[in-house]
Amino acid sequence: MVYLGTVPVSSMFAHTGGMLRRLTGTARVAALLGMILVQAGVFLLSVAAVTLTFTLGLVFLLPPQIRMVRALAEETRRRIGAWTGVRIASPYLAEPPPPRPEVDGLYRYERTLYKSPRVPTWNARWKWMTTDPATWRDLLWLGLDPLVKLALLPLLLALPTRGLGVYGQWCALLLSPTRASVLRGQLSHLHQSRSIAADSQAAEMRRIERDLHDGTQARLIAIGMTLGAAEELMDADPAAAKTLMSKARDASAETLTELRRLIRGIHPPVLAERGLADAVRALAMDTALRVEVEVDLPHRPEPPVEAAVYFAVSELLANAARHGDARSASVDISSDGPSLRVTVTDDGLGGADPAKGSGLRGIERRLAAFDGVMAVNSPPGGPTSVMMVLPRVLPDHWAGVLPKLPRWKAVVVALCWSLAWCPLFPQGLVAAALKIFDVREKSWFLALHVAEPFQWPVVYVMVTLGLAMYATAIAIPAKHNRDRLMAQAPHRLGLC
Amino acid sequence: MGNRVLIAEDLYLLRDGLVHLLQAHGFSVVAAVESGPELLEGLVELRPDVSVVDVRLPPTFTDEGLQAALEARRRVPGLPILVLSQHVEQLYARELLADGSGAIGYLLKDRVLNAGQFVDAVRRVAEGGTAMDPEVIAKLLASNVRNEPLAALTPRERQVLEAMAEGRSNAAISQRLYLSESAVAKHTASIFAKLDLAPSEDDNRRVLAVLAYLNRR
Repeated sequence: MVYLGTVPVSSMFAHTGGMLRRLTGTARVAALLGMILVQAGVFLLSVAAVTLTFTLGLVFLLPPQIRMVRALAEETRRRIGAWTGVRIASPYLAEPPPPRPEVDGLYRYERTLYKSPRVPTWNARWKWMTTDPATWRDLLWLGLDPLVKLALLPLLLALPTRGLGVYGQWCALLLSPTRASVLRGQLSHLHQSRSIAADSQAAEMRRIERDLHDGTQARLIAIGMTLGAAEELMDADPAAAKTLMSKARDASAETLTELRRLIRGIHPPVLAERGLADAVRALAMDTALRVEVEVDLPHRPEPPVEAAVYFAVSELLANAARHGDARSASVDISSDGPSLRVTVTDDGLGGADPAKGSGLRGIERRLAAFDGVMAVNSPPGGPTSVMMVLPRVLPDHWAGVLPKLPRWKAVVVALCWSLAWCPLFPQGLVAAALKIFDVREKSWFLALHVAEPFQWPVVYVMVTLGLAMYATAIAIPAKHNRDRLMAQAPHRLGLC
Repeated sequence: MGNRVLIAEDLYLLRDGLVHLLQAHGFSVVAAVESGPELLEGLVELRPDVSVVDVRLPPTFTDEGLQAALEARRRVPGLPILVLSQHVEQLYARELLADGSGAIGYLLKDRVLNAGQFVDAVRRVAEGGTAMDPEVIAKLLASNVRNEPLAALTPRERQVLEAMAEGRSNAAISQRLYLSESAVAKHTASIFAKLDLAPSEDDNRRVLAVLAYLNRR
């Protein structure tokens, strides 16, 4: 789940925006000037709210004021984009996620614990709004904008289109995200997906620990005790000892079966041995459905990606068989540039809903670690089709996005291709032919202008030079490609 | 008996255990190797009467042993090989059975715990028979759950079918299910009729026909 820092634009602005888009340049300028009144009003309210907040401590005034300014700024961004083509991205930081209760059911904000989530939520939102530089840049823009509009008035009236362009540039200056806030946005997104990944990993570890503790460990203790008892009985009652030992053997077989099930849940052996394509085929064979598997990948993706896709497909096929009453299904895995695309369809009853099924939620969580998204199309009555995309998880060179030749090498190659003919043919081979057939014409052939003893050496040098230039032109890109192939060799050998 | 056997297993304890077990049952171990390349070389050059091969071997610790077994059988058709693994997959079973020449086994490593049955399986493979793990057969039947002729089998016939798919002879089946051999023969005939398979007197060919039927999807 990704929290985007967007604030709902008030419907009034959106509505007038829709009408204004159809107006011509002059009318737009008029609308722009009309907005000065609104801006002045909002600015006065803002000044009042900020002053009251920081003097009398009326902190509840600030959030609605910031919302109001943001709505106005967002509307301006949208309008500038529609009118002038200057696209201004929304600069706001991601809204903080709702607080989660601690183990004791209390909610923490910094060093204080609260019984209800209201105060921590309010505090987190207050901090989110006031520490965002975009909030204060918005306010600065709001104060200066009417003045700028007035300064641009002559230009706006004389050349509306040009004037709007200049005005757009001014708005972009203050309303677009700063480089720092873009980075902060990316950082907080990464932070969130990391914590989701870490959470699900920790949950997985806990499950494995529990299984090993309650299952395998307990069984091994039982086996050890049985063997100990058998040892004691060995002399006194060999027959009873023998019975105990065969019991211990049965218990060890059961332990193996259980361990095998556990291992399959951690990392399926076929996946480790054969990779995604065969693992999904093996999965398809083990279900009662008739499953068609189509995998079109040039190499094996990274192991974590393979595992995420495998478990997603496994869950979807199980769902289709269990809830959807499907008879057949198809799995399609392919690369789309550097992105991995997985489609699973079945002919079941449909009606699958990520909001209801914990299985689908689990898949979403697993995919979230790779910024992956899932689209479920499952009308009641079927068929169900689930598409998952994991963006940019495949190495670039798969997609044919190859590291380019450095510029100087490219220039050398171009020069060699375009000039090599000159020494090889006219200066080399043609001059040699003229010499052999003893033609008097010297033309522009260097070899024929030098003294007699040097003529053949010059021809030889020219031919060699020409051939060497062609060889260079071929060799540089070839070596580059070979280096690139070596770089991806581990993938080609299936070792990664 | 004096069957020449090759063992491929990378864990020393297990390799040693297998060597002792098979020697104690009258096999002579011609080689005990621990990696994929050694295995392929041994299989092709020594042509042992039967080989016991672990799927996961060095250097890659993937399905090295399985690949070596398949390659060796491509070069020496019908070379008897018993594949052992920590897990069984229909996919691998299919690949091993694909050439239809028999003399193949695919068992969970756990089966080593029951020495008698394990040695029995090794012998069966050495003699050109088949030894499929009950778990493989269970998975095969589970994925054929919507197959109507199979659903029409009586519970007894199903038991016989399972035992037959594991590669057991009529005599072995009669022993396991406490039936007379003639009763087993009757069940077998009925199964073949219901599944619409051509009846056959030869045990091995019959097993392969059943496995091919179950793998038909």
